[in-house]
Formats: sequence, structure tokens, C-alpha cells
Amino acid sequence: MRLHRRAGIQHKSIKMADLNTTIHKLELKNPVLTASGTFGYGFEYDDFLDVSLLGGIVVKGTTIYPRQGNAYPRMAETASGMLNSVGLQNRGARYFASDIYPKLTKYNTNVLVNVSGSTIDEYIACAEIINDLDQIAGIELNISCPNVKEGGMSFGTSCTSIENVVSAVRKVYHKTMIVKLTPNVTDIGELARAAEYSGADSLSLINTLLGMAINAQTRKPVLATITGGLSGPAIKPIALRMVWEVSKAVKVPLIGMGGIMNATDAIEFFLAGASAIQVGTANYIDPTITLKIIDGIDYYLNYHKFNKLSDIIGCLQL
Amino acid sequence: MSAKRVELTALNGHQRMFKFHAVRKTVQNLKVIENLQLNDDHHLLQLKVPDPLETINPGQFANLLVDHTPAVFLRRPFSICSVDYSKNTISVLIKKIGEGTRALAQTQVNSYISGMFPLGNSFTIPSEPEKILLVGGGSGVASLMNLAQELRRNLNDVTVLIGARSSADLVELDHFSRYGTVFTTTEDGTKGEKGYVTDHHIFKNQLSQFKRIYSCGPEPMMKAVAAKAKSQSIFCEVSLENTMACGFGVCLCCVTETIEGHKCVCTDGPVFNINQLKWQI
Repeated sequence: MRLHRRAGIQHKSIKMADLNTTIHKLELKNPVLTASGTFGYGFEYDDFLDVSLLGGIVVKGTTIYPRQGNAYPRMAETASGMLNSVGLQNRGARYFASDIYPKLTKYNTNVLVNVSGSTIDEYIACAEIINDLDQIAGIELNISCPNVKEGGMSFGTSCTSIENVVSAVRKVYHKTMIVKLTPNVTDIGELARAAEYSGADSLSLINTLLGMAINAQTRKPVLATITGGLSGPAIKPIALRMVWEVSKAVKVPLIGMGGIMNATDAIEFFLAGASAIQVGTANYIDPTITLKIIDGIDYYLNYHKFNKLSDIIGCLQL
Repeated sequence: MSAKRVELTALNGHQRMFKFHAVRKTVQNLKVIENLQLNDDHHLLQLKVPDPLETINPGQFANLLVDHTPAVFLRRPFSICSVDYSKNTISVLIKKIGEGTRALAQTQVNSYISGMFPLGNSFTIPSEPEKILLVGGGSGVASLMNLAQELRRNLNDVTVLIGARSSADLVELDHFSRYGTVFTTTEDGTKGEKGYVTDHHIFKNQLSQFKRIYSCGPEPMMKAVAAKAKSQSIFCEVSLENTMACGFGVCLCCVTETIEGHKCVCTDGPVFNINQLKWQI
């Protein structure tokens, strides 16, 4: 059955192109995943779409200990984007394993867990718990959260700290390990190489850009934490540039994200060198957008007479 | 779905008792049937829903998409202030605050708005008829409109107190007068008693006759109402309005502090019992 019928779009298409893509040992039926923190645990979307139709989902950032997250206000809408400062609110890896994981096994797709921590030991402890969950296909190591006081992004901004945390988690986590990079650095290629060298099977990029919003009337910052992470179409050009730079720096497959709102945006990331993409902020505006993007990619491949997705990955014409 | 419809039809008589239905959230293109300008700031949009309406509970909201401009990116949440099951329409009250709400208020009849609904929990309706006070402020009356109707349908004795800055800011009084006794306060004294809602004589000497208070409006007003309710141990629910990105519990941006930690206003709320909240009252 054609996906677009479910997504409510009607257009004629000749035949389904081969949308399979591979991220290390993960076989994805299509290259569209959901970005951590924008898709809950999947079941929040059950009313809107069949989650199993996606290439995979990356569930909410998980830490070994429960976290209350930051104070309200946590969100500011900005031109073509939004700032958030949630601060990794979650109920901890043990609660995830006992109460949430059993509900995820119904999905016939790759479920990945975004793992974060304040110390290397916390990353290790969290990854160990996730490692024991058979139906979790892999982890996305979050060394790029801009909204926590300790850990998070600070692990992702120097080669030494990346090597320390990635190699430590590599020792305890035996399935696919994706490392999520922060854009808040000078040379992302150098940091990507450090992550690859330390055992990352794949890299995902970019996390949010550190930003700020001010209310001129009250003369106060909009966010309780003053600064937050910028996402949405406003950051897409930066994300594309970084995927392009990293694709030249490493050999591992890349998962591109940053402001993808439609299939054309996704295609741009494939051309820049991404083997798969994640959709984040767009899910808030249209919870079925992922299915429309899958359809649109298929339509693009057919229209341009490509048989398979891999024909366009990294094929930017220079 | 069909089972729910049958149940709804069976209960559709004048005396149908309230029953909470967990209805599937949808995204639909809603046709603007009517755009009524109520005063300088407020518009009432009546929206035709393509799919058959399932029960919408009082207090629930819809997240409307504003046609894309760079500055207006996310959907905007609005209380569903009335539901017409026979016409298959819902209505929302739009107060022009920023670019998004101004654009929605200017929507032409017969054009379409993408709406995600029904979202959120709802007010708790008593199982037996009771004497109930609704306290609304400004555009907060929107979430009380459907509630007043539902309470009256369940034979509750409804009193409505609405506060605004000035008489020109009071909207939908006629709607409320169909379902109960209506009192008003204005800060400038142009209609009803002068002052804030909590200055009204009901709060001075008649509060104890009410078994329940429901309130929606600016947070300082709701806190003042909650303090009065708490001082007399009266059941009180308030409807909160925090900025949100998604509206269905995934972005975790709209949290409020409760005795059980951070809760999402969009899914755990917007209606909270005041005893759940960590308000200093």
C-alpha cells in the first residue's frame, strides 16, 4: 500500500523506489527517523500515524537518574524556528526499561534511545541498562544538549572529552552507537573524526544551536534559563553545511537533521552526504509530516529516474 | 468510533449526564463558516469539521495553524468554546495579541484553517447537580463557555462572574446568560461592580453557598480566586495557558509545577485542581 494514501496526499506515482538505507548494522526500510525530544516515546503519535511505517524513531533523551528538567518558560518562538530549554526532563533509565520499553516493542521499526548524562559514569550506567533491552536497535549518544548545566554539550565541544565519553560507552554498549554532534563548535569535522576514532558507528548532526530570545517590553529573557537551543528551518543552512563538512571528514554513515520540513529539505541532506535523516520540530506542526516526507522522497527518486535512495547519497554536483 | 457515536446519540437528550470520552486526536482542515468580530480585540470563528464530531469535553482545546509567515511558525492553542454537533462545527474565541492571532482573526469565511483537536483534559463535571460558580477574566471566558452549557445541561445551578478592564472588553455575556445568572466586574466601573472579580460581593459574603468554582483568565486573577476557594475549602479547578510547541505532550515546553513534579499543561492539563498546583496562595 502506498504510504501517501495514509498521509492523506493523493498523487500518482509509478513504482516505489528502493528507500532502504543502512546505518552500521541497522537496516532501515526508509531513511526517515524522528529526532529525539520531538517524538516522545512514539505512542504519543499513535492517534496520528502508524509509527511502524517510519525508518526508525529516536525516543526522548534518557539519563540514568530521573530529571525534572528546567523551569518554565522553556520555549520561545523565533523567526522560522523555536528555542527550547527543556533540560532533558525524563524519569530515568530504570523507569524507561521497566515501564516504557514494554510499550515500544509493538512497533515494527528501529527504536533507538538517546542517552545522556552529567558524568562519564552516568553515560556508562545508562548505556548498560539500554544494552540489556533486546528490542532497542541502538543508542544515540547525546554529547550535544545545550540545556543542561553539567555534561551534555560540554562533552561534545573538545576532542579529548569526546574521546573519553565515546570510548567509555563503546566498551559497555555492543549494538549500533550513533554519536549526536553539537553545532556549537568551530571545527565540526575535527570533532567528528574524534567520535569516529573512539568507536562511533554513525554520527547524527546537528543538535540545536545555542540561542537567546529577549522580550523588549519586559526587558527580560524569554526563557527561564536565559539561553536555549534553536531548531526549525532557521538552522537548515548551517546543518547542511556541517553535514557536508563531516561527510568529507569521516567514513561512518551520517544522519542529517536540522530544520527539515519537507521532502525537498530531506533530499538536500542526502545530497550533502547523509544516509538517513531525522525530522524534529516539523513534527509539532504536522504530526504526520514524516509520512509525507517518505512519500516525497519516493516521488523525487521516481521523477528523477533514480531506482534507489543510495544513488543520491553524497551525490552533490560540484 | 461507531460505539462512541452510539453512546453519544443515546445521551444526546436534554438531560444527558456528562461522561468523559477519550477521543482520538486528529488534524483536519476546518472551513471557516463564520468570522464574527465581537469587539476591537476579539473574533469568534465558527469552523466546520469535515469528519463527524466525537464528543468534545469542556476545557479541551484546538491547536490552529496560521498560514506560514517566518515570524509565526508554531500552531496556536485556543479553547473550544462551543460545539454544535448538529452542524458539525466548533467555535474558537480569538483575542488579537500578536501576529499569529491577528492573522487568524482576519481569516475569510470559506477559507480553511488546519486544526489539531481535541487536545487536553477537561473540567470535572459533578455527578449530581450542584451550585457552581464560574469565574472568567478577559479571553479566559472561552474555556468556560462550553463548560457553562454542559453544566446547565446536567441541571447544575450555574452562576457566572466575568471580569474585564472595561465594558467594551466583556464578550459573550449573552451566551452565559442562557445557562446561568451572570454578574460582571470592570476595573473602570463601566459595567457591573467596579474592581477585580474577587472584589465582587459574591466573594465578600456569598461564596460559601457554592460547592465548586471553575476559573479561567489571567494567572493573577486565577490565583486570587484559588486563594478565596482554598480559604473556604471549596473545590476549585483552573484552566492554565502556558506557551507550547506541540499541544500533545511531546515537546515538554508547557510544563507547570505540581505536587507530582512538572506536568504538561497540554496533556495533563489545561485544567488542574488548585490542590495539585504549587501556587503560593
